[in-house]
Amino acid sequence: MKAKSKASRWLAALLTGVLMLGLLAACQSTPAATTAPTTKAAATEADKTDAPASDDEPIVIGGLAPLTGGVSVYGIASDNGTQLAIDEINAAGGINGRQIKYVVLDEQGDEEQAVTAYDRLVNEYNIVALIGDVTSKPSIAVAQRAARDGLPMIAPTATAADVTLQGKNVFRVCFLDPDQGRTMADFAKNNLNVTKAAVIHNASDDYSVGLAEAFIAQAKELGIEIVSEQTYVQDDKDFRTQLTTIAAAGPDILYAPDYYGTDILILNQAKDAGLNVPLLGGDGWDGILTQTAEDNPKEADGNYFTNHYATSDESPIVQDFLKAFEAKYNEVPISFSALGYDAAHILAAAIERAGSTDKDAIVAALNQTDYEGVTGHITFDENGDPLKPISIIEVVDGAYKLITKIDIER
Amino acid sequence: MLFFVQLINGLQLGAIYALVALGYTMVYGIVKLINFAHGDLMMVGAYLSLFLYSSGLPLYFALPLAIVATSLTGVLIERVAYRPLRNASRLSALITAIGISLLLQNAFMILFSSTPRRFPSVSEQLPVFVIGTNRISFMAVLTVLFAVGLMLLLTAFVHGTRMGKAMRAVSEDMRAAQLMGINVNRIISLTFAIGSALAAFAAILYGFSFQQIDPYMGAMPGIKAFIAAVLGGIGILPGAMLGGFLLGIIESLTKAVMPAGYTQLADAVVFLVLILVLLFKPSGLLGQTTREKV
Repeated sequence: MKAKSKASRWLAALLTGVLMLGLLAACQSTPAATTAPTTKAAATEADKTDAPASDDEPIVIGGLAPLTGGVSVYGIASDNGTQLAIDEINAAGGINGRQIKYVVLDEQGDEEQAVTAYDRLVNEYNIVALIGDVTSKPSIAVAQRAARDGLPMIAPTATAADVTLQGKNVFRVCFLDPDQGRTMADFAKNNLNVTKAAVIHNASDDYSVGLAEAFIAQAKELGIEIVSEQTYVQDDKDFRTQLTTIAAAGPDILYAPDYYGTDILILNQAKDAGLNVPLLGGDGWDGILTQTAEDNPKEADGNYFTNHYATSDESPIVQDFLKAFEAKYNEVPISFSALGYDAAHILAAAIERAGSTDKDAIVAALNQTDYEGVTGHITFDENGDPLKPISIIEVVDGAYKLITKIDIER
Repeated sequence: MLFFVQLINGLQLGAIYALVALGYTMVYGIVKLINFAHGDLMMVGAYLSLFLYSSGLPLYFALPLAIVATSLTGVLIERVAYRPLRNASRLSALITAIGISLLLQNAFMILFSSTPRRFPSVSEQLPVFVIGTNRISFMAVLTVLFAVGLMLLLTAFVHGTRMGKAMRAVSEDMRAAQLMGINVNRIISLTFAIGSALAAFAAILYGFSFQQIDPYMGAMPGIKAFIAAVLGGIGILPGAMLGGFLLGIIESLTKAVMPAGYTQLADAVVFLVLILVLLFKPSGLLGQTTREKV
């Protein structure tokens, strides 16, 4: 009996040890990513001095992104796009003859870390402008600081309305959540001749709610009848009841704005419930093809979603971007990469037009932006939000196909 | 008719809760431990099924193998984590169970990443009953039949075999059972084996029904199944079954009748029912009120 309990005690100790090692490994990787600025040139002491930059010194642009943590897939994608753009600009001779030094800090998708990282970028690296943040919540926190400092800030992918409302010096490249819902309602009316629509959305997610509300409001405006409106909450997997109710209401389409992991479930359960109508969604659908069954890659066919850009877009700027990105990273860029790429080019162009690294001059130049980017032709409205086209994608033969581009009306 | 379809939807969901609840109730009945890792064993079962199937084994061979492997995992967890704490306070065992739950979730997240995986689909090969405009999938019917069948089998085992008798004896009084020459450790291992196998069954039915699994898939069904077990009377096998089906039906019908925009209240209604049942019948629907012997 005694030997037995001793053995299990050792086993328990061993297990604890393995756990601790795992924790340590996880901890170690984090500071490495946070402290090492991923720049071409290593951060030297000279960068930290407050001496006024001379003409041959590089222009320091800061970046903020979650490079580790739960939302790192978006942070890395956006940052990869930005890095590619900076490389291109530097290879072409930089801005007015000066190279760009891009310093990106990891904030792990956390508001407080984002603010700390922002302070480091400003005080330690003397950045002249900021590209970031990636997700909405930390972006709002950072935008408050940037507004206080008057620092030019351009958020590539933060969609929440509040981000750009913090100050006149805060801009973004992506469209907002309501833009997508409204545009999809327009498309449903004008291109799909929908008269009866149903909506199912995640009531515990701001993104899903935002899209659904905008869609419903615009649909009613256009005379589309909303025959059924159903909700669910985060982590729900069973939508049969709601979909059975929707099927009984007989809609022409079902608007289901959520992320692709949930969308595929809704898609398949809708078929089971006998609801054979096209599903419409937002940019969260981008990635749905990673979820389709191996033996049935076409199961998401015939559904539509709004997106920032389409890889099937034939325009040279998109195709050149795809080629350059695949050459550098060996993968197909998701829309976050395209937005990160456009953000860097828009900012660089503004600094070039401003002819100096003065904050106010850069902000003024950003306001004059008229840029043909990967994610479309971009100008900014009075809030610093982009006026640009939204791409409508249809899944055809197990691939994303660009159907049309619709300009945002706001 | 629509009501009937919604009822079937509820039963399908309830069957999965019921199977997981059976494991909860068995373990609680024997060792008085609320095994919070039980829902995660379901997740383990799902990943093992998928893993064995995608390694090239045919489905009829991969699934039984996964059930056996999950069963052994359950036994191993009991052996390593719970048995050393058999005589410790119940709180320690409970906290250990939560720890095991977190360990399983995070281990599988590291192994398979948090991206949801596709589970093989069999519903295309199965018939669909079409009644008017309504459709009832054969999978739903199969799920319910499976759950009821397993519960009946389990009840027959517990009440009709020597092993079952020993199990009931241990449940009633562990020390007395030991004195009567029952190998308590073996009975407890058996309980965990059966409970975990049922969780694996639930996992497979879940996988076929929803076709998507992820490392956190066990958390919510685990909690719901626990509620089901308490609702029916924890420690009572038919009670777990009844609780599971009731829960599924309540959830489904609430979603069906709630006005637009309020369907997310289904979970709240489920908990409300639990509170009401516990107020008026603290030992659960099928529980007998027993006086604590002093």
